[in-house]
Amino acid sequence: MSTFLGMPAARDRRGPGPDAAPGTLSGVGRPEDPLHWGASFPDAAKAALDNGQLRRNLGKATSTIRTKRARVVGEVPDWEALRDAGSAVKTDVMARLPELLEELERNVTARGGVVHWARDAAEANRIVADLVRARDTDEVVKVKSMATQEIGLNEALAEEGIAAVETDLAELIVQLADDMPSHILVPAIHRNRTEIRDIFLERMADAPPDLTDVPRELAMAARAHLRRKFLSAKVAISGANFAVADTGTLAVVESEGNGRMCLTMPETLITVMGIEKLIPTFDDLEVFLQLLPRSSTGERMNPYTSMWTGVTPGDGPQEFHLVLLDNGRTKVLADEAGRAALHCIRCSACLNVCPVYERVGGHAYGSVYPGPIGAILTPQLTGEESDLPYASTLCGACYEVCPVKIDIPSILVELRAREVSMTAGSAGDTADRVWSAAMKAASFAMADGARFRRAARVPRLLRAISRNGVIRKLPFPGSLWTRSRDLMEPPKQTFRDWWDGREDQR
Amino acid sequence: MTDARTEILSRIRGALGSADSSAGAAGTTGAAGTAGVTRAPSVVPREYRSAGEHAPGSDAVLEVLIDRLVDYKAEVHRTTPKDLPRLLARLIPQRSAERQVVGSSDYRSPDVLPTTPSTPRGAVVVPHGIDQAWVSAMGGVEVRTDSREAPLSAAELDEVDAVVTAARVAVAETGTIVLDGEADQGRRAVSLVPDVHVCVVRTDQVVQTVPEAVRLLGADPERPLTWISGPSATSDIELERVEGVHGPRTLHVVLLS
Repeated sequence: MSTFLGMPAARDRRGPGPDAAPGTLSGVGRPEDPLHWGASFPDAAKAALDNGQLRRNLGKATSTIRTKRARVVGEVPDWEALRDAGSAVKTDVMARLPELLEELERNVTARGGVVHWARDAAEANRIVADLVRARDTDEVVKVKSMATQEIGLNEALAEEGIAAVETDLAELIVQLADDMPSHILVPAIHRNRTEIRDIFLERMADAPPDLTDVPRELAMAARAHLRRKFLSAKVAISGANFAVADTGTLAVVESEGNGRMCLTMPETLITVMGIEKLIPTFDDLEVFLQLLPRSSTGERMNPYTSMWTGVTPGDGPQEFHLVLLDNGRTKVLADEAGRAALHCIRCSACLNVCPVYERVGGHAYGSVYPGPIGAILTPQLTGEESDLPYASTLCGACYEVCPVKIDIPSILVELRAREVSMTAGSAGDTADRVWSAAMKAASFAMADGARFRRAARVPRLLRAISRNGVIRKLPFPGSLWTRSRDLMEPPKQTFRDWWDGREDQR
Repeated sequence: MTDARTEILSRIRGALGSADSSAGAAGTTGAAGTAGVTRAPSVVPREYRSAGEHAPGSDAVLEVLIDRLVDYKAEVHRTTPKDLPRLLARLIPQRSAERQVVGSSDYRSPDVLPTTPSTPRGAVVVPHGIDQAWVSAMGGVEVRTDSREAPLSAAELDEVDAVVTAARVAVAETGTIVLDGEADQGRRAVSLVPDVHVCVVRTDQVVQTVPEAVRLLGADPERPLTWISGPSATSDIELERVEGVHGPRTLHVVLLS
């Protein structure tokens, strides 16, 4: 059986819809489940495509970063060898994950750190909230972290009366606007400078009233806003880019210095890390510190990388807690075809090259992990049915840029095949019946030349309902097709008519 | 109810066992108790460059480092041990004066964070293990010393104008300097809070590639490491790069030979 590559019937998802269109000040709101929110992908994508401002913001940003990445990757003579090594290291990590996690735990503990294990989001949030409350503070500073976004840590802490202050500029913008991140690396990529200025003026109490929309001024306003918090915070919360099993070393890669502030100034540091973030040896850093910055921000190296091993007496936090998070990762690991999704180092290069992401933006995916990697990782983490594997043209650009060579297109196809075989089992599905009826009709028409000639005239009728060359809605059963796609207006003339006319002219 | 650690490890072993009988088999070294098999590391192809073609500290390597640093908007100076103290003295007050005109959004605007009037302008902090000859000629500059045993508070660090440190290693191809917290580089807070960081790098500390630096740092991996590539920066607004956010807004790299 050949694999069905089309778009399935759309499903509605729970949670708030993206009614607040990007372009307005307030964001989409914080959903209950950061991995599954908003409208279904086809509906959300349709809405996003109608938002011209969003498409301009995204188009400009992704094309800038694509150019930068291509330039700095092009100057590395051994780039492909680094990718091969990165991919092999991650494969090795997954094969030896239990031993490596135990080794990491031993080494962190030996250096004065405390290791916690969390099966799911609720357990991780509980651990962190209890740690913060025991430190007698109601405000913590945070380094940008996908893991804590994924578990909805800020909302969980808020319920306990603890304010978690995002200190990465883009995360701060998202937090102030009550929005969701729309990109792994640049969470506020859907906002332009004027929107950001307006958000600061309305939501940041100490923003200068004469603030303009010059990026430098906006960044300085954020610096002023956060400075005192950095210098007085008792507890910081971070994620981790890498954890080195054989030394117990944690690494955070960043640009603004907010990471250094959080990792250095407070007395207590709590790091929440997915169990897949491991690398076996300190030497392996030489591979990933070359792959990540160039793939991610398109820089030869990001401005700051911090590495720490447990607690260093007299330097930095004197109390260190590491929370190792499962939250669906073991489900992904059990899937031999899909487990490579766990190799992801969150560089976001696949988002920036994806023709689908570039047009619909991150919110349409309804997950903190958008884009091509999100389309495979999100459904695998949740284990729920999803239309995200269809949010792709399978063009393969994501695989070409992936620094650890995750074959995203193949995994997408595999996930689609499973989805189809699952729904094929359920009898009475309208889309299925119509699809199969349409195939029968097509095979009847195509089997005979005269029939095909007559059938080919029908589409011309559709010209009557097209607008600007596009048909957006067909009556049933055609609506099953146009629900998630536009249909191009059929040509005035069929190929056969044109061919006949051409013969006549000779 | 099993504890989370046991359950997660057992989930992982289950996941690997159910789907990975062939891939791990080659590396199997034997049973480790009842927990399952311990797999040996599989062979990772390492065809990438483990070192550059140029020797550490060579002119070719220095040229690349300078090019990268300038690209990041760091300020680069070359000097000799004899002229270093004078250069340092010149760098600190000069930048301090410039900073006063940053504007109303500067964090030192009075309603945000008042500075103590008693602190003179032109104060510099140095880690206690710094070469004393370097700071000997800083006339007119108040030099404060910080150590793990006698650390300055965050507020005190925030009042000084600059910090002078040594470095552990520099990577030419990426324009990176690395501090490892030893006595001549200081606590991490010291090179973070002041607005101007002057980092003195001996030219023989400059290697060409990242793997060369990682090998060197791997000798003491437990030290707190800070990799610095230019002044702090953000590209979060329309991907337009702005240098100088929370970390030092000015980075001087002094190459000493």
